[in-house]
Amino acid sequence: MAVYSPKPAKEPPLLERGPIAWVRHNLLSSPFNIVFTILGIAILYMIIPPFVKWAILDAHFVGSSKADCGGDGACWIFVREKLNMFFFGFYPHAELWRPKTVIAVILALGAFAKFVPGLHRLKLALIVAYPVFAYLLLHGGHFGLPLVETSKWGGLLLTLVIATVGIVLSFPLGILLALGRQSKLPIIKSLSVFYIEFVRGVPLITVLFMASVVLPLFFPEGINFDKLVRALIGITLFEAAYVAENIRSGFQAIPKGQYEAADALGLGYWQKMALVILPQAIKVTIPNLVGTFISLFKDTSLVMIIGLFDLLAMVTVTANDRDWLGMDTEGYVFVAFVFWIFTFSMSMVSKRLEKKLNTDKGN
Amino acid sequence: MSETKKKELGEPIIQIETVNKWYDDFHVLKEIDLEVRKGEIVVIAGPSGSGKSTLIRCINRLEEYQEGSIKVKGIEVNSDVKNLREIRANVAMVFQHFNLFPHLTILENLTLAPVWVYKKPKKEAIETAMHYLERVNIADQANKYPNQLSGGQQQRVAIARALCKSPDIMLFDEPTSALDPEMIGEVLDVMISLAEEGKTMVTVTHEMGFARKVADRVIFMDAGQIVEENDPETFFHHPESERLQLFLKQILNH
Repeated sequence: MAVYSPKPAKEPPLLERGPIAWVRHNLLSSPFNIVFTILGIAILYMIIPPFVKWAILDAHFVGSSKADCGGDGACWIFVREKLNMFFFGFYPHAELWRPKTVIAVILALGAFAKFVPGLHRLKLALIVAYPVFAYLLLHGGHFGLPLVETSKWGGLLLTLVIATVGIVLSFPLGILLALGRQSKLPIIKSLSVFYIEFVRGVPLITVLFMASVVLPLFFPEGINFDKLVRALIGITLFEAAYVAENIRSGFQAIPKGQYEAADALGLGYWQKMALVILPQAIKVTIPNLVGTFISLFKDTSLVMIIGLFDLLAMVTVTANDRDWLGMDTEGYVFVAFVFWIFTFSMSMVSKRLEKKLNTDKGN
Repeated sequence: MSETKKKELGEPIIQIETVNKWYDDFHVLKEIDLEVRKGEIVVIAGPSGSGKSTLIRCINRLEEYQEGSIKVKGIEVNSDVKNLREIRANVAMVFQHFNLFPHLTILENLTLAPVWVYKKPKKEAIETAMHYLERVNIADQANKYPNQLSGGQQQRVAIARALCKSPDIMLFDEPTSALDPEMIGEVLDVMISLAEEGKTMVTVTHEMGFARKVADRVIFMDAGQIVEENDPETFFHHPESERLQLFLKQILNH
């Protein structure tokens, strides 16, 4: 009836491409949208210039005491002078090279893992060996290193220790709980459900109090568990319940056919879970998992209430220094910034992981 | 009539005796008796909901049955873990929705079970995998991920994956039902070549052309029962039961 010849591709109209189109479609698409755009700009105008003025333009960077600061600007001298306390708490000054080495080594390991291809066995061995090395070096008491009690650990160092141990230990525990909740065996299933629901119904502060005050009552006289260890146990057990629920939501995204294909191929339960189901379940749940880990990272500051001095607690302590009274704002802004760097990096890592593991959309 | 097509069949390899199965109160398989011999090609047809998929899924215990007995190579299909392992090593299944593992490459999909379950050395598993990928004409895609392939290609990979453990029996559960029409042919071609090689195959399908061409026996199921079974010639041209006549009229008239 009719035959049509192929048509050449044309450029879109001028107003429909580039930044102009973006502004039209995203900022000015409707009267409502226009009002919000103007409101948004007004709010940004009220916040950003005064902050820049306080934090940078009027701020004081040079000097060594409170007397060098004056006027309305921020006094960053305080942060610089107290940096070691923010980062390492009450860790003895002469021994600061130890936490510094621990941090330098993990950075070096990270770079090694990222930029040197292959050598998976060696990398795995290093990752497993690292916590032992970090503990031996930080805690000391052997190889001629003076002992540094965990009660002296503090600041960012403590925050990182708690967050890392919490994440690394709660992850496998959470996987086991999630598998338990999926289990066909009634006893394992109900125990897992009870544990998860119980823990999720209790605030972390309560768990920390229990771990620090109630737990020792059950131990025989004379046995004194390290306070940090107690906090770590509490946080790990608490986080595991949340990790378990994240992973369970991942399980629900896996089609039944995947289980059946694994069964039909002859895979046993653990093989099926470890090789087929978990890799996919964890992949879909990465955004949630990282969300949980980010809130765990921030929740570490709650250990303050059982007398451990994390990064946030160190600000409170240093701002009470008689020579530096009234420096709370600078301290808290700095701490917020440090927390943000870490949590934002975690988000970025999560995004990268998602992209890397995304084999669903045909790359 | 169809004597020309008759071939030598071996000893019984699947024995199903008066199997009954219920989903809660729903009686989904009723008194099923079926024997499949080594090298035989059996096609099961029937309206949806007739229990045909359920039946073949009982053979490798993806579904459990409550009464009767199923034996594969003389081994009882039951909750015994050792039996189950033995049966699943001998029985492979191809699914309607392929069920490839999306997080693994094609090659990894094929070597997963040989390496982890059957403890083959990795090199040998890869060689076998490549052999079967060539067999289904898809070796050039070995390092891609399943979702980068078309449906027809994915189903051919699934068949290759099933073949990797050299099973005695292949079960096909509506292998072409989820495919676009232009891809059905490539999958059927692979299945036909398997049939010609003498593999024992039990296939649930609506592809009557396939049944006519390669089946030794066609079975018609309706409402959880085997209603009629016959050689393809009789089945399609001289159906005895009214229900089969009606079914054939419905599927062949368009």
